[in-house]
Amino acid sequence: MSNMLNHAADTANDGAGGTNREIMLELKNIRKSFYVNQPNELEVLHGLDLKVYKGEFISIVGASGSGKTTLMNIIGILDRPTDGCYHLDGLDVEKAKDKELSKIRNKKIGFVFQTYNLVARTSALKNVELPMLYGGMAKKERNRRAKELLSLVEMEDRMSHNPDELSGGQKQRVAIARAMANDPSIILADEPTGALDSKTGRMIMDIFHKLHKEQNKTIILITHSEELAAETERIITMKDGEITGERRKETC
Amino acid sequence: MLIAENILLALTGLKSNKMRAFLTMLGIIIGIASVIAIMTVGNSLNTSVASSMHEMGADNLTVGLKKKSNGGEVTAEGMRFGAGNRRAMTEQDYITDEMLDAFKDAYGEKIDTLSISESAGSGTAEDGQLSANVSMTGVNEGYLEINKLTLLAGRSLTERDQKEGRKVAVVSNKLVDKLFGGDYDAALENTVDINIGNRYYGYTIVGIYKYDEDAVFMSESEEDIVTEVYLPLKAAKSQNHSEEGYTQFTVVTAAGTDNNSFMEDIKYFFNVYYTRNENYEINVTSMKDMMEEMTKMLSTISIAISIIAGISLLVGGIGVMNIMLVSITERTREIGTRKALGASNGSIRLQFITEAIVICLTGGFIGIVLGLLLGTAATSLLGYEAAASMGSIVFSVGFSVLIGVFFGYYPANKAAKMSPIEALRYE
Repeated sequence: MSNMLNHAADTANDGAGGTNREIMLELKNIRKSFYVNQPNELEVLHGLDLKVYKGEFISIVGASGSGKTTLMNIIGILDRPTDGCYHLDGLDVEKAKDKELSKIRNKKIGFVFQTYNLVARTSALKNVELPMLYGGMAKKERNRRAKELLSLVEMEDRMSHNPDELSGGQKQRVAIARAMANDPSIILADEPTGALDSKTGRMIMDIFHKLHKEQNKTIILITHSEELAAETERIITMKDGEITGERRKETC
Repeated sequence: MLIAENILLALTGLKSNKMRAFLTMLGIIIGIASVIAIMTVGNSLNTSVASSMHEMGADNLTVGLKKKSNGGEVTAEGMRFGAGNRRAMTEQDYITDEMLDAFKDAYGEKIDTLSISESAGSGTAEDGQLSANVSMTGVNEGYLEINKLTLLAGRSLTERDQKEGRKVAVVSNKLVDKLFGGDYDAALENTVDINIGNRYYGYTIVGIYKYDEDAVFMSESEEDIVTEVYLPLKAAKSQNHSEEGYTQFTVVTAAGTDNNSFMEDIKYFFNVYYTRNENYEINVTSMKDMMEEMTKMLSTISIAISIIAGISLLVGGIGVMNIMLVSITERTREIGTRKALGASNGSIRLQFITEAIVICLTGGFIGIVLGLLLGTAATSLLGYEAAASMGSIVFSVGFSVLIGVFFGYYPANKAAKMSPIEALRYE
C-alpha cells in the first residue's frame, strides 16, 4: 500500500504542473483472458499498469487488435479483468457485486461511442435524461439538467428531435451531453470522431477540450489517430495487449 | 416513475410499428372479443329469461300428457323404439274435469289456481276490407289470472261466460286499432268475425287488453303481428267440436308449497288414472326446470366458446412472446447502451415486461370494445336487451395483464441478462 502511494507521488511529481494530484483511477497488473479454462484460452491484456489523475485528458492509442477496446471495457466496468486490481475514484471495483456495477457505471462513468448509440425513437432531451432516470433523479430536476447540458453542447434548439432527424455531429454532441448527465468522474470516449468528417470531428474535439478546461473533467480518449492523440496531455500507446509507451504533450 | 416512462416508451414503440403491433395483438383481440361477446349474450339472455320467467311465474307447474316410453322394443344396442309407435291421442286419454275436481279436493291447500288453455286455431279477424291476424285460445279464469293481462277497456271473462260457453272474446288493442280505428267504445259489444279456414265464427268483444310489445320474440312487421283472442274455454271446445277434457294445464302453487315434492305428488295422483292406459301417462314440469335447462345449455355454449377463446389467447400470448424476442434481438444495441448508461438488469426486465403488458392490454381493450359491439349486436338480433357483463370486462383486463407478464417474462429476462459488451458490439 505504501509502495503504491510512493509510486503515485513519484508520478505526480514529474507530472505536468508538478503539484500533487489525486488519483482518479488505477489499474494494477490487469490481465484479461477470453475462453478461460478452455483449450483455446486467449490472453489479450498481459498485466497492465495505468494511473489516471483527476482532471487529466489522456489518450490511449493503438492499432486494432492492440487490446484498447478491451481495456476501455474494463475501465468502463462493462467487463471484469481476469486478474489484477482496479480502483476507480477510491472504489475497489473488484469487490463490487454485479448488482452494484450498474450503479457505478451510472454515477461514475460517461460513455461516448463511435456509433453514438442514442436510443432510437427517443428525443435528444429524453436521451440525455436516461442516465438520470436510471439514477433515480426526480423528473423536474432531470429535465432542467438535460436542457442545461444540451445548451452546453449547443443542441438546445434541437432537443425535441429524434436521433434519426439529427446529423452525425449533432448525435455525437447529444451523446456527450448524455455522458455528462450524472456528472461522472471520467468520460470514456471510444473513437468519438471515427464516424465523422474532419470538420465535425474538430467540433467534437473542441467540446472535449472545453469540458476538460472549464469543468476540469477527467477524459480518456481511445483512438487510433496519432493526430487526435497529440492534442491530449498524455498519450498511452498500446500494442499486443501491453502498454508500450507513454508520452506527454510537448507544448504546454 | 420508471414505470410511467416505460409505458410511454412502449406506446411510442407500438405507434412506430402499427402493422406489426396489430398482427401481434390479433390473437389477444380475437380471444378477448369472443369472451366478452359470449359473456354479453349470456348475461343478457340470463337476465331477460330470468325476468320473463319470473313474470310468467317460475313456480308454475305444467301438467301434461306424455307418450309412455317404457315397454318399447329394445334393440341389441340398447336403443329404445316404441315411444314413436304409440297411437295418436284420443279423447279417452284426456285429463277430465272429474280428475281436476278430485285433484282440487285432494290438494286444495297447495293449489292457488289451475290454468287451462286450449287453442281454437288461428286465422284473421275481418271487417269488410279490414283484417287482423289472430290466434284464438280458449282459457279458464285461472289462465287470465296468471298471465296478468292489462285491461284497457271492458271486462275480463267471467264465471258465467265460462259456464255457459258464451261466444264472447277479449281482444288486443292492436286488433281494435286495425278493425275499429282504435275506437274502444265502438269495438266493445260489437261482433268480430273470425275467419279460420274460410269458416266464420262470430264473437262479441267484451274486453280489450294491452298487447305486450316486449313479448315479441322475432321482430315482425306491424301488419303481420298475430294477437291472441281469448275465449271462454267451453266456447273454444265447442268451436273445436271436441269433448270435455284437456291435454295439459298449469298449476299455480300456493305460497310456501314445496314444488319439488308437490311435483311428485301430482305425478303420482294423476298416473293412478293412467295405469291401464298403455300409451299415455302424466308428466309434470316446472318453469324452474325449463329455466335451469336453458341456463345449462347457455353455459355449455359459453364453455365451448371460452375454450376457443382460451386457445386463441394462448396462441396470441405465444405471438406476443415471439414478437418480444424479435424486438429484443433488434434492439440489442439499445439494451447494451442502456446498460452502459447504468440501467440495472431489473430495469431492463421491467421495460420489456411493461412493453409486453402494454401490447396485451391494448389488444385487450380493442377486444373488449369489439366484443361489446358484437355481443350487443347479437343480443339485439335475438330481440333482447343487451346487458354487458362487468365481471367479464374486469376479468379480460386482468387476464391481458397476466398474459403480458407470463409471455413477456422470458424475453425480458433474456434481455436483462445480456452482457453489455456483447450487446454493444452487436451488429
